[in-house]
Amino acid sequence: MSDVQATTFDPAERLLQRMTPVQRVHAILHRYPALSPAVVLVLAAVVLGSLNNRFFLPSNLSLVAQQVAVVGGLAVGQTLIILTAGIDLSVGAIMVFTSIVMAGSAANFGVPGPLALVIGLLVGTLAGGLNGLLVTRLRLPPFIVTLGTLNIFMALTLLVSNGASIQGKDIPDILQWTGLPIALGPFRLTTGVLLMLAMYVIATYVLRNTAFGRHIYAVGDDREAARLAGIAVNRILLSAYLAAGFIFAVTAWILIGRVGAASPNAATDANLDSITAVVIGGTSLFGGRGLIVGSLLGALIVGVFRNGLALAGVDVLYQTLVVGVLVIVAVATDQWIRRVRA
Amino acid sequence: MTADVAPASAPVEERRQPIIEARGLIKTFGRVVGLDGTDFELYPGEVLAVIGDNGAGKSTLIKCLSGAMVADAGEILVEGRETVFRRPQDARAAGIETVYQSLAVAPALDIASNMFLGREIRRSGPLGSVFRMLDHGRMRSMARKQLQDLGIGTLQSITQAVETLSGGQRQAVAVARAAAFGSKVIILDEPTAALGVRETGQVLKLIRDLRDRGLPVILISHNMPNVFEVADRIHIQRLGRRVAVVTPTSHTPSDAVAIMTGAMDAATGPAAA
Repeated sequence: MSDVQATTFDPAERLLQRMTPVQRVHAILHRYPALSPAVVLVLAAVVLGSLNNRFFLPSNLSLVAQQVAVVGGLAVGQTLIILTAGIDLSVGAIMVFTSIVMAGSAANFGVPGPLALVIGLLVGTLAGGLNGLLVTRLRLPPFIVTLGTLNIFMALTLLVSNGASIQGKDIPDILQWTGLPIALGPFRLTTGVLLMLAMYVIATYVLRNTAFGRHIYAVGDDREAARLAGIAVNRILLSAYLAAGFIFAVTAWILIGRVGAASPNAATDANLDSITAVVIGGTSLFGGRGLIVGSLLGALIVGVFRNGLALAGVDVLYQTLVVGVLVIVAVATDQWIRRVRA
Repeated sequence: MTADVAPASAPVEERRQPIIEARGLIKTFGRVVGLDGTDFELYPGEVLAVIGDNGAGKSTLIKCLSGAMVADAGEILVEGRETVFRRPQDARAAGIETVYQSLAVAPALDIASNMFLGREIRRSGPLGSVFRMLDHGRMRSMARKQLQDLGIGTLQSITQAVETLSGGQRQAVAVARAAAFGSKVIILDEPTAALGVRETGQVLKLIRDLRDRGLPVILISHNMPNVFEVADRIHIQRLGRRVAVVTPTSHTPSDAVAIMTGAMDAATGPAAA
């Protein structure tokens, strides 16, 4: 023991252990992956709030929350998959398909509302499971699998709906429950926003406090190490895709409430927007690193930028440009953070 | 902790029951012969080194003993009972833990999570059984105790990511994990291959500590000085067979190399019965 400790006090080692300020920042960001998106969100809010004093009005902040509910919900499932070192390009397509199945089965086939909801949740879960089966059984890269299922579910959506929207008056109340306004003090949220936040709370719990959650990180971090440690890698992957599918189906419910209808052409940008939120939220595209709460921050950052820039009278094109820059900065930061010195 | 180097307790009583025994293991890969009827014995309380040239079959032998591979023929006995390992989990369930050369740790996970990876401890009561909640506090304190028991006290925090550790510290975490769960045998595959002199010393001390705690160790290594420093017996593998079992006192390192390469007749060594 003594020989082990004595060497810790070598002058050279002490020099190695001394950190420059940059290294200190690096170490902190490495340890707390949600810190950088939190700082960006606060800075963005301060700057955008100073540009237009309407930004901080409760009514405006409530609007931002409602606007991010759908992408924020999808980002929960997307985070699970990205943590396993996968990616899901089909999240929006699964969500829209599920929303059409939910609303359509009630409107066109007279299925009672609660049953339509259950059917929708089941269909979304199975759609995620299809991705999972293709990834684990055929050993295809998730990028390719979900690029394929993206097109499949987009086509199925149009086939099932005949390209027509389902009007709100034909959709049972329970499917529109997620659009109910809820007043929290001066803020006017919806049950959909709260449902999204609930998914973050549950996903955070599962990832932090259950063996399944730890195994998702381990599989994404080092698949072979996870296998040798006795983890059934394929079972974890399939479960992650199934869980993500369920989350996309819940988000489809949120979408119906938000739009007040079910449209095959809704949320066309949702696939990439969910990835944007996850990446800006500090989760590594290489898997195994990141926090679910980061994705909520990422979705909020995008929402705050779009809203604040619009209030400041900036053209919508520049909003998109800013989001693009943010994505690149976030990924560059991740690359830097992942470089560790032993 | 009290690692006064115990004199190599040469296991002379060959009639003792081996912890693991293999008889006539054969493993082929297409037309390539990996194991050509290898025998193997590991006795309680010893450090057994397995040496051999590249292609001699030491990795294949170890993979068969750790369940990573299934032999085509031959039998493996654990404490005298014939056993079949189809997966690494089978060997682990039998109390045989392996530290792979790649270490099999998840770099971004912290030390405690890695030590309990795949064997997490849940909270007692409904929090654990219904909500599946992990007992992070208990796992951390057990991990800390395990590392301290093995004399690895220099880690700053049990919650730091494994990738922030030095090579020797990572090795120590992997060995500590094996020691924590290996009830019968610990297999170390080239544990010092990637380490510097000081870190190698730490790992060799760990190996002796494990033996002193009563856990027999199988050490696969290319490094003759290391082997002769810690091993009680040395199993020499050549062309898919065990050609000799020697001890550091009966043979010199150059003898061992000569037997390993075929330059010396194995019969001159005290081949085990």
